[in-house]
Amino acid sequence: MSLSRGDLRELYQEVIFDHNRSPRNFHEMEHPDRVAEGHNPLCGDQLKLYVRLDKGVVADASFVGHGCAISTASASLMTEAVKGHTVEEVEALFRDFHALLTDAAPPGRDFGKLEVLAGVKEFPVRVKCATLAWHTLHNALIGAGDPAKTE
Amino acid sequence: MNALAPRLDAARAEAPVGTPGGTPAAALAAQVAADFPILTRRVRDKRLVYLDNAATTHKPEAVIETERAFYRESNANIHRGVHWLSQHATDLYERARERVQRFLNAARSEEIVFTRGTTEAINLVAWSWGRANLKPGDEILVTGMEHHSNIVPWQLVCEQTGAVLKAVPLTDRGELEPGAFEAMLGPRTRLAAIVHVSNALGTVNPVAAMVERAHAAGARVLVDGAQAVAHQAVDVQALGCDFYAFSGHKLYGPTGIGALYARHELLAAMPPWQGGGDMIRTVSFEGSTWADPPARFEAGTPNIAGGVGLAAAIDYVTGIGLPRIAAHEHALLEYATEAALRIPGLRLIGTAPGKTGILSFMVEGIHPHDLGTILDAEGVAIRAGHHCAMPVMTRFGIPGTARASLAMYNDERDIDALMAAIRSAQRMFGTGARP
Repeated sequence: MSLSRGDLRELYQEVIFDHNRSPRNFHEMEHPDRVAEGHNPLCGDQLKLYVRLDKGVVADASFVGHGCAISTASASLMTEAVKGHTVEEVEALFRDFHALLTDAAPPGRDFGKLEVLAGVKEFPVRVKCATLAWHTLHNALIGAGDPAKTE
Repeated sequence: MNALAPRLDAARAEAPVGTPGGTPAAALAAQVAADFPILTRRVRDKRLVYLDNAATTHKPEAVIETERAFYRESNANIHRGVHWLSQHATDLYERARERVQRFLNAARSEEIVFTRGTTEAINLVAWSWGRANLKPGDEILVTGMEHHSNIVPWQLVCEQTGAVLKAVPLTDRGELEPGAFEAMLGPRTRLAAIVHVSNALGTVNPVAAMVERAHAAGARVLVDGAQAVAHQAVDVQALGCDFYAFSGHKLYGPTGIGALYARHELLAAMPPWQGGGDMIRTVSFEGSTWADPPARFEAGTPNIAGGVGLAAAIDYVTGIGLPRIAAHEHALLEYATEAALRIPGLRLIGTAPGKTGILSFMVEGIHPHDLGTILDAEGVAIRAGHHCAMPVMTRFGIPGTARASLAMYNDERDIDALMAAIRSAQRMFGTGARP
């Protein structure tokens, strides 16, 4: 499999750089309903995710932590994408997003800005960086105890 | 043609600096590159710039051919057969053991136990020597720059025996804190397990001096030599250590093979750790008795072809000469260090004087994994992460580093490609030098 500069540019788009440099919702939360931690041992990515729920809807989401550009941008884009959606919608989005990054984009699903991470498919080693935040969010929503891990 | 000898042209072996290949590093690289078939392959449609040698080294044709030839002409199980092929395979394997003995300058071939690699060798000592000798409150002293394989086995055996693990702290340059090793050797210290050359920092520890101090304090010494044996001559008698472990695949040899050197009197007293065929003298349901070392620690059919291949790798390396390889790598390390320091925002991690050809670094504003991916797209292979040395990363307050590590076939072109790719990444991330 040959990788071109184009593939690299596809992955490291301006949106990724933007969300890496200035991650959105990058702060602790005062009174979260759910908190979960995630860790990517391969990369050293670590994050702590906070969620506030309002009658089954994600009212607010934020995160702190440190990691590679892919994991940071993904977490930032995720917190933007899930606000205002029900828990069921968020879980469905997680499944579809994971498919986008690993297998094939589910037809008809509009990923909005999340689409920029589709390029990670050419870098299988980095998929875990892109999905860490989502695994962590999933753990937060189901109330799992242990930190989310991508391995 | 003797497949075991490197394709060494006598005249070229004596080539002074400045001839074919130009610079000193390029000279040796130009000479040996043709011996390594994988170096001709393209990766991502680019020339392979392989700077991940601390992870594993490539194999010369002599080693590849030796393993192939073993399966074609000499394959049989060893030690137990009565037929000619089995005898022949046994001879090759035992001669390989003697080759390792000579390579390390061990006193006897019985002091060489073949293992899967360094990790298994250390686990062998931990489980066999450790469990038989450690009591609650005993201490094992390691250093803050150890690879996980020289930390975790001791943690496991400490859990089992009630012994305590201590670690010598590091300076900001990545050396052992002066005086700390000596100060931490106490009356309860049973073993010092120390790395010869740090895979994360490149630091070379003064092993011989440390062994002397440890012995004076009544402690045995195990040395993790995984990153040492391919880059400098190792003489276990001169070092004085009790145990020395290394891996074949970091020495231009096959994977799945390595060796533990251990003093004969220690091995003779150590209980078995893996049970099975070959390590026994007699077996009955009323009880079994054990073979003498080294067989006592080699249960089951080993990686015979790997052992024979390892001997070929040792022949290849010593044919070129470790002093020559060391000089080459040091010259290249200097070249690389100078080039790295010219890159704004690049910080070297591990700056001990006399370090080996390992360059760990961080580039401001670019996570090591992002850097690794961008370099990969340029055909440059480095390693990014904690390098199985999480305590080192914690000590320096970083998530991980990007690491370039040198071998005999690397040259200035490889370093130039690395630096160009780093600058490329900086342009992409909008950091680094302003155009």
